[in-house]
Formats: sequence, C-alpha cells, structure tokens
Amino acid sequence: MCGIVGLYLKNDKYKDRLGELFTPMLIAMTDRGPDSAGFAVYGDEVGEGWVKLTVRHLDESCDWAEISDVLSSKLNCKVEWTNNADVAVLKINGDEKAARDCMSELYPDVLILSAGSSIEILKEVGLPEKILSKYNVSNMKGTHIIGHTRMATESAVTMEGSHPFSTGSDLCLVHNGSLSNHNRLRENLKREGIVFQTENDSEVAAGYLAWRLEQGDTLKEALENGLKDLDGFFTFTIGTKDGFAVMRDPIACKPAVLAETEDYVAMASEYQALTTLPGIENAKVWEPDAATFYIWERK
Amino acid sequence: MKTVDLTTSSVQDLNHALHQQSSSVSEKNWTITNPKGSHNIAVGLDADLDVDIQGHAGYFCAGMNKEANVTIHGNVGQGVAENMMSGVVRVKGDASQAAGATAHGGLLVIEGNAGARCGISMKGVDIVVKGSIGHMSCFMGQSGSLVVCGDAGEALGDSLYEVHIYVKGSVKSLGADCIEKDMRDEHVIELKGLLEKAGVDENPLEFKRYGSARQLYTFKVDNASAY
Repeated sequence: MCGIVGLYLKNDKYKDRLGELFTPMLIAMTDRGPDSAGFAVYGDEVGEGWVKLTVRHLDESCDWAEISDVLSSKLNCKVEWTNNADVAVLKINGDEKAARDCMSELYPDVLILSAGSSIEILKEVGLPEKILSKYNVSNMKGTHIIGHTRMATESAVTMEGSHPFSTGSDLCLVHNGSLSNHNRLRENLKREGIVFQTENDSEVAAGYLAWRLEQGDTLKEALENGLKDLDGFFTFTIGTKDGFAVMRDPIACKPAVLAETEDYVAMASEYQALTTLPGIENAKVWEPDAATFYIWERK
Repeated sequence: MKTVDLTTSSVQDLNHALHQQSSSVSEKNWTITNPKGSHNIAVGLDADLDVDIQGHAGYFCAGMNKEANVTIHGNVGQGVAENMMSGVVRVKGDASQAAGATAHGGLLVIEGNAGARCGISMKGVDIVVKGSIGHMSCFMGQSGSLVVCGDAGEALGDSLYEVHIYVKGSVKSLGADCIEKDMRDEHVIELKGLLEKAGVDENPLEFKRYGSARQLYTFKVDNASAY
C-alpha cells in the first residue's frame, strides 16, 4: 500500500502552522504504511551562494559543532548548523559538490538526506506518530511539506529505503505504487551521472525527474516525459523549491485525492487525511485524473 | 430520527445498529454526521431504511445494500454501492473508482462525476451519473443500465455482455466489442424511465446508445464444444 500526503501553501496565512497542520495528516495514513515514514519540508531558505544540507548520524551525540568547524576550515567558508535529534541542518556558504565531497571523505558515516536551498528531508523506520514526535514536526514552519507512510514492497524496510527520495537539488518525490521498468531505467540514468543510494524503484523515479530537470526541462516537461518513460503503477507527489505536483499513471489504481482552497492545496491517498485542515468543509475536493499531472508553482 | 456522530461512535457500532434493523424496523430514519472519509459506512444494510450521510465518505460506502435508501451529502471513495442488491444509493458529490462494481440491482445515482471503472462487472444495477465517468467503465458489464449525462473515458464497455449504456456527451474510446447502436423507441422509453427515477432533467433523445457487438469468444456457440 503506502500513504502519501502533501500540503502546499498558496500564501503566508498558515506558514507558521505548517507542521501543526501536517502532523495529523501523516498520522491518518498510518494504516496504509506503518513500516516507516518521512517527509520533506520546504522553508527557511538560504541566500544566494549558500547551500543547505540535511545530514544524519546514527549517534545522537555526534558533535555537529566540530564537524561544522572542520568543514568551515576545509572549505574555507562560513558554515552554520542546527540539529534536531540525530539529524542536523548545515548551511554552507560554498559549493554543494565540494561540501558533499568533503563530507564523504572526512565523515563517511554521515548520510546526506537532502541538499538544496530550501528542502529538509527527515525519515525513519517506525510508526509515523513516533517519527513526527522525534523530530518535533508540529512546530515546523515553511511553505510546503510532503510526507509518506511506507508499507514496503520493492526493497527492505530501512531508513534509506523510506521516502521521500531526493536525487537533485531541492527536489523530492514520494510514491505509492510500484515501477516495472526501474532496473533498466536506473542503469540508463547511472550512465547519465545520476547517483542512487538504494535498489528502490521510487528512487529511480526521483532520479529520472532530477535528470530531466538537469537537462533543462521545466517541471511540466519533466512530468510529461515521465508519463512516457515510467512504466508501472504510481501516484507521485513531487516537491521543488517553489512547486508542488501530483501525477498518476494511466491505469490509476493507486488512490489520490486533492483539495484546494484560496490558502492551500492538499493531497492525500485518502480523504481521511484531509479532514483536520482548516476550511476543508468548503474546499474543492476531487480525484486527480489518470495520466494527468497537476502543478502549482509560486511565481 | 436517530443521529449517529462518527466522532463519538465507531463505524462498526453504527453498522451493527443498522444491521439490527433487518429483522424488524424500529427506526427508519438515520442521520450520520462527521463521516470524515471513514471507510465501510452503512455497509450490508438489509432493511427499508433511510440513511443520510452528512459529509464525505470513504471506501465501500453502502456496499452490498439491500432495500435501504442511502444518500451521501458529499464525495465517496472507491467502491460505493459495490455489490448492491436493491434499494437506492445517491451520491450528491463525486464518486471515486469502481462505483457500483458488480452490483446486482437497485439504483445508484451519482450527481457529480464518477472515476475510473464505474459499473465494472455490473450485474443488474441501474447507474445514473449526472457528470462524467472515467476509463474502463462498465468493463465486462453483464446486465442493467449505465446512463452518463457527461462524457465517458477510454475503453467504455470493454468485453461487455448485456448492459445498456447511454451517453449524452463524448466517448473517448470504446472498449473491445463495444459498439454504438441505434436508439430505438424502447430505448428512449427505458432511458426516460431511468432519468425520471434518478430525478435527472435531461432529454433522452440527446443520448447515444452503446452495447455489445457480441463478437468475442464467449458469444460463439462453437466454442461451447470445448467444454
């Protein structure tokens, strides 16, 4: 199965309440995916010349201050850090690739969950409620947030195999379904320089979109191409720095429901996950069509 | 009238209370508040009840319905009125996939749109949709009628048996062995009756009829010798 939820704010009205509104949405999808859960939150954007890495170390007592100092002197640039349980957000006034190379050389135990100017990805094995409370999600602020509750099919129940997947800057994807051509597609994408961390089919979809966007596609063009090249069952919800998209395959057997008000767009696998949103009683609620994508972007 | 609030009562308790009416009806009118997308609301009813669901319902709402008159004042998830035997199920909003799947009898009215696979393998139910329906609708439909006032998606009526399909709008594509057929007087009369029964104000003369060409394997008597 698996459950997907997403909340995209069209204005600033609920910016300070993003995590609070999202928390019951993810918990409502526990029945669809009790194995693991994760989410990507967009907000707290860094300025030009900066990059934000979400990094994780299994040891909660990991000395992020020291890591930041070492990175700062090695990269010869400013590094700021904050941590949340076993995860830290490093804001680096330098180049993403140099920072990644430095991290993997000096701290191979530290896993990079996401990179970009706005995105932060947090994910973990276990019940959604446990993960939400571990990372204190209800206090989070931001512009949009995408979450996933997983019932594993194509790969092991591990933190790495849980969603969201991010294979490009500020890009994330969550998936309900299974892809049938992911092996061949992964090999093709590897040749194009896309790096994969797991054997998971959904990561291939994320990698595919990252590759299309790198090739200069707009989000719309990337999704159009995705409909042609991705074979299998899918309902995807996709986040970019300023955008939010939902797409279903032509068979459309994986559920999806959308709701829109003047303040937000919300997506969920089932309507149950939307019932706690403000003004949902009067929202436009509909099922997205098969082989169709829906995109919202901030101008 | 009995009101059940699903924020304080479970769907299981509600359904149990509704099932208790099947031996003798002591409470005919039921209002269900705060459904909040819960699954399996008012499933397996077997009595002449009037059930009003005030909001959006989840999967399989009013499934296996017998005799009862169930109205949903909102949208429904997958499989509304699936395997219905008799009675009336009316959805004021949209229905998700597989609305009226395998239903044997009764009337299903969807005032909004229905998703994919509406009336899949229907076996005698009458389905009237005021809006449009999704792809693969009426797949292997065996008997009954499907009326669509809007448009139909891809592969309408694939591998159809004896369902009468009436569509007012466009049909994106017809499924295997499904063809457009003449609208004869008896079909206009049948459609007029269905529209009236559903309370839908449309002119039957503006609809086209679709049915089985009866050319697939199952229709060839020669194939019977294989058994």
